[in-house]
Amino acid sequence: MPTRIIETDPRPFVHVPIDPVTLDIMENALRNARVEMDTTLVRTAMSPGIREQGDAFPLIADHQGRMIVGQFGSYIGPFLEGYDGTIEDGDMIFLSDPYSVGGAISHSNDWLVLLPVFKDGRLIAYTSMFGHQSDIGGMVPGSMPIDATTIYQEGVRIPPVKIWKAGVYNEDLIKLVMTQTRTPEWCAADLNALIAACRVASRRLVEMCERFGDDVFVSATEELLARNHRAMKALIETSIGEAPVSFEDYICDDGLGYGPYKIRCTMWRENGRVVLDFAGTDPQSSGSINFFLNENMMRMFFGIYMIMIFDPQILFNDGYYDLIDVRIPEGSLLKPAFPAALSGRTHALGRIFDVLGGLLGQKTPEFLNAAGFSSSPHLFYSGVDAQGKYFQLFQIGFGGIPGRPLGDGPDGHSLFPNFTNVPNEFLERYFPLVIERYETLADSGGAGLHRGGNGIDMVYRFLEPGMIAIHDDRWFVHPWGVNGGEPGARARKLLVSADGTERVVGNKVENLPVAAGDVLHFVTWGGGGWGDALERDPALVLKEVGQGLVTVGGARRYGVVIAGGAVDAAATTALRADMRASRPAVLPVFDHGSDIETLRANCLAETGLPAPKQPVWRVAA
Amino acid sequence: MTYRLGVDVGGTFTDLLLFDEQSGAFWRHKTPSTPADSSVGILTGVEAVCAAAGIGPSDVEIFLHGTTVATNAVLEGKGARVGLIVTEGYRQIMQIARSFVPGGLAGWIVWPKPVPLAALEDTVEVGGRMGAQGRELRPLDEASVRAALTRLKDQGVEAITVSLINAYLNGAHESRIGELAAKILPGVSVSLSHEVLPEMQEYERTLTTVANAAVRPIVSRYVRNLRDKLAATGMAGKLSLLRSDGGLMSSEKAEAHPVSLLMSGPAGGVTGALWVGRNSGLRNILTLDVGGTSTDVALIENLEPRRVRTTEVGHLSVRASSLDVKTVGAGGGSIAYVPELTGALRVGPQSAGAVPGPVAYGKGGVLPTVTDANVVLGYLPEALLGGTFKLDRPGATRAVQTIADALGIDLMAAARGIIDIVNENMFGALRMISVQQGYDPRHFALMGFGGAGPLHVNAVARLMGSWPAVSPVSPGVLCALGDATTRMRTETARSFSQLACATSAAAIIAALDEMAALTGAELAADGIAEADITSLFEVDVRYAGQAFEVPMTIDAETLRRDGLEGLIARFDAEHRRLFTFNMASEHEIVNLRAVALGQALDLPAAQLEQGNGDPAAAKLRDHEVWIGGALRPAVIYDRARLRAGDRIAGPAIVTEMDSTTLIENDCVGVVDAVGNILINPA
Repeated sequence: MPTRIIETDPRPFVHVPIDPVTLDIMENALRNARVEMDTTLVRTAMSPGIREQGDAFPLIADHQGRMIVGQFGSYIGPFLEGYDGTIEDGDMIFLSDPYSVGGAISHSNDWLVLLPVFKDGRLIAYTSMFGHQSDIGGMVPGSMPIDATTIYQEGVRIPPVKIWKAGVYNEDLIKLVMTQTRTPEWCAADLNALIAACRVASRRLVEMCERFGDDVFVSATEELLARNHRAMKALIETSIGEAPVSFEDYICDDGLGYGPYKIRCTMWRENGRVVLDFAGTDPQSSGSINFFLNENMMRMFFGIYMIMIFDPQILFNDGYYDLIDVRIPEGSLLKPAFPAALSGRTHALGRIFDVLGGLLGQKTPEFLNAAGFSSSPHLFYSGVDAQGKYFQLFQIGFGGIPGRPLGDGPDGHSLFPNFTNVPNEFLERYFPLVIERYETLADSGGAGLHRGGNGIDMVYRFLEPGMIAIHDDRWFVHPWGVNGGEPGARARKLLVSADGTERVVGNKVENLPVAAGDVLHFVTWGGGGWGDALERDPALVLKEVGQGLVTVGGARRYGVVIAGGAVDAAATTALRADMRASRPAVLPVFDHGSDIETLRANCLAETGLPAPKQPVWRVAA
Repeated sequence: MTYRLGVDVGGTFTDLLLFDEQSGAFWRHKTPSTPADSSVGILTGVEAVCAAAGIGPSDVEIFLHGTTVATNAVLEGKGARVGLIVTEGYRQIMQIARSFVPGGLAGWIVWPKPVPLAALEDTVEVGGRMGAQGRELRPLDEASVRAALTRLKDQGVEAITVSLINAYLNGAHESRIGELAAKILPGVSVSLSHEVLPEMQEYERTLTTVANAAVRPIVSRYVRNLRDKLAATGMAGKLSLLRSDGGLMSSEKAEAHPVSLLMSGPAGGVTGALWVGRNSGLRNILTLDVGGTSTDVALIENLEPRRVRTTEVGHLSVRASSLDVKTVGAGGGSIAYVPELTGALRVGPQSAGAVPGPVAYGKGGVLPTVTDANVVLGYLPEALLGGTFKLDRPGATRAVQTIADALGIDLMAAARGIIDIVNENMFGALRMISVQQGYDPRHFALMGFGGAGPLHVNAVARLMGSWPAVSPVSPGVLCALGDATTRMRTETARSFSQLACATSAAAIIAALDEMAALTGAELAADGIAEADITSLFEVDVRYAGQAFEVPMTIDAETLRRDGLEGLIARFDAEHRRLFTFNMASEHEIVNLRAVALGQALDLPAAQLEQGNGDPAAAKLRDHEVWIGGALRPAVIYDRARLRAGDRIAGPAIVTEMDSTTLIENDCVGVVDAVGNILINPA
């Protein structure tokens, strides 16, 4: 590693045997430290994105940079490989350049703070946290221009630098960075919050070392990594076959009129290891929908999906990484060449989860859920209010959770962990808008034995003229259903002027002017259905009609006829028999709705938007 | 003679504590709970405890009661059928529930979504809209209100809740709906969100209002039934209930505002700890209430327990003040297991509960629990409950041996491992309420109570560095003691939402005075003399733009004297203590609260006879415990025969009717003047 680590005490750690009880106690203490990071952050951050929606992620790593607690896998290894400098006691690293950490943070809006934790002259661990900043400058408010073509348009990009160098604060650096943003107050508060979270966790780690001893602490982290390795090895042997299975899905468009873009992954077991090969994924986009997928992050995603149901109390760590071989073609949508734009990466990030679910589910039905990850739909609204004050709103939307083996997908919920909506009363109080409607759209969830969750219809009435931007996906390709379930409805955006004129607007648009009184319907995706809709209890369908989650017309998709507020049993039996007769005897495992060519042909009629054009690759595939 | 009777109804036992206000003498009694109708168990207990004291029920002047009736109604989904009226466009507010899915990445795969407390089919919209500045944007559509009410009437709802957008700023539309509801559904109770909780955040306000309406009929029935039955025994005294925030409320107020009772159960232990602290000179206390399935912890600083603005019940987070009690799924019944995949030792959160219970109880339990580990190690040597049932030590040993085998370690190491892990879980919860809130646990005593608290308190105090470890007098009925010894309390809150620079101390004082008049009148209506009422204020402050506010306690005089600047300086100091930094941003005054308190009670504890420091007279027998990695000789003492000043060297065990205290090796327990055992490192 080119990074030089300066320790005043050069003694190596001594490996000591750890009894299982001490190990479990330390695992607990580490989990508590991580919870404390979240708590500290949420309570002190200021931007609604972090504070209300929880768009920030903590990490505790061992002294070699391997993740002991966290969610997205360690980026410290790639950082140490790429960082041409020193690390010593009193340093704190700050960075936001995705290309400096192998894509471990996926766009420049994520500011990352990394604190090496020293005790008595030796590096014992790292704590780190990254969080989404509301604005980092660049060509649009919010700094995520969907129509960007290089990362230079996406705002300030911070290479790994030191906020603190041997205990000395670099005020000039922060001044320089804060000058680049439209929301310096939020960014300053959020950066403080990230730093405070890392410091709190580092205090806890030092306390653990004082309690158990430095060698015990380090040996315990080794053992925790080894424990994950053993667990995953057993899981892989039993759950992953040697015969390759493939799955593919699409990003609808790139915001420049081209699409869809294919993401393909093939999985097999080979010599006790899993190979995840993304060969067949489309080349990178000249727009911003590229997702620089870090291999470790992919290993972590895979592990989480695998381990979830076997021992949910396991603390995920990096211990099993060498059991998973991730292969991503250079120059592809998932490993774009610098300086490709990255700010629209959330769509492919979400789609990776659908692909992973589809892959694992083919061999292990207990894993098979329908599709639901659209992305994290974004809305930006900015302008200057009547008092001359600049305002800037960035909101993450939610949609339908897919139908699951467990049951129906919840309506209008978040697929990403720990996200919540911003209270509408808060929005109305602090931004010039009225939220006229906030509910889920009947029938938007895919029909199935287990219904997909409905998407949300959020209706904004803007009170001041300004600019909006929309980033969403799953408007062209459907969230697919499984095991006989139907696909969910696609996302849609409708702008209604004060005079009643309606127009469908795109799902990836920038700098769209709105007038005071304009009303925007921000409609998100519905989750795909799970299982045969004709097996669903008619009484449940009736109940959901009464609840407004399904319409009387929509009930017919379940073969249920409702008349006069009751199920017409005879008509239902007849309709179901009719539907069964007119469909294949064996329902497909995956139902994507239509093939791409049919979707293209019907696009304008069905969505109100022209079909995306076949992408023209900038780099030969 | 004035007698106060504290009664705490738990899942397994009903605890009673009869207190003689003059002498400080008390009598305690434990009787099995009668879940079908709690009043049956209560009455059995009342008769027994009164008989023990040689008085009749008619001599009891004040009956104070902590109850989980509201909690259970929510947890078991047995609340009333609530009809909910919302603003047009917001019908699914409870269904969407802020879109939150718990668990980490992929947590949605295994999350069973709870059913909303107000059913979606019983939620209806009405036209009309208030704006975010409190002005009417569109008038109330009364035709739609009539239609909504008629529909809910036809559907047979048992209570009506109205929660409209921005009603926290202007409740006119809600009030009008309330009037129409009284006409269309006479006799059906109506809850309006701007009255129950005039605060921003539509989901939380709606949920709180719905929760209140849902538990109202059950609480009301419960309270009236209890009142009638107590009256039939000749008891003419006042019936008061313990609020989640540790204060008392009249039973009539409890009927109208049962959402304040959701944490009534755990609050009893904390108020009991307060009384013990006052009598033994301990002002900073961490509480450790260890039950069968879970452990509750709380922090008391300078004899004031920390309060929070939300009450967590099951998956619901309701906006009502409560003591900051954290619960972990770690108790005597927590089951130990070793998952095959990882070979790790896990303890809880699954619990053997009361049935089948730990193996040692001999009621059919087969899985090893924390209690079984305590039995194997010798920490639980005797029959529980004064000898009414024997512990099955061979059974417990067999069960714990399965853990030892799975881990490849010996029996005693496995048993102690189970104890160490469960202690660590309690330690984690205690850290959340102390270290994480900026408190140094070394400045606190740790008080263990509930059935198993005194068994674990010494070990957990060692982890925390919180000394002394306290085994209070009557740890098994401390909740009932707390019920008996706290005072009346009420509060009201409202959103203020103004930048500090845009308002003034005078404006805040005017609002607070208005609120104090309300709360004062409420206590006065409950028969409290005006001179006995104390008013306190709380102001929530944050940096403009933050989502979390810091509550600052203040009185009108200080606010007048130091102005807003003084308040802000205090906030900055508190923010730095909590989060390590301050900011240059504007300050926002978010919420105001007024609290009215009844007279503080000066209830002395009965003095214990002074001994000579030697506990030999209380010795029951010699014993052996596995502790500190070895089998060591220990002595078992009878708590009833200990005298003030007795010094007990560890390892030792002190038994009493319903609880067992473990004093570990290298520690010494000293009996204080009123019978608490204070354990310190030797």
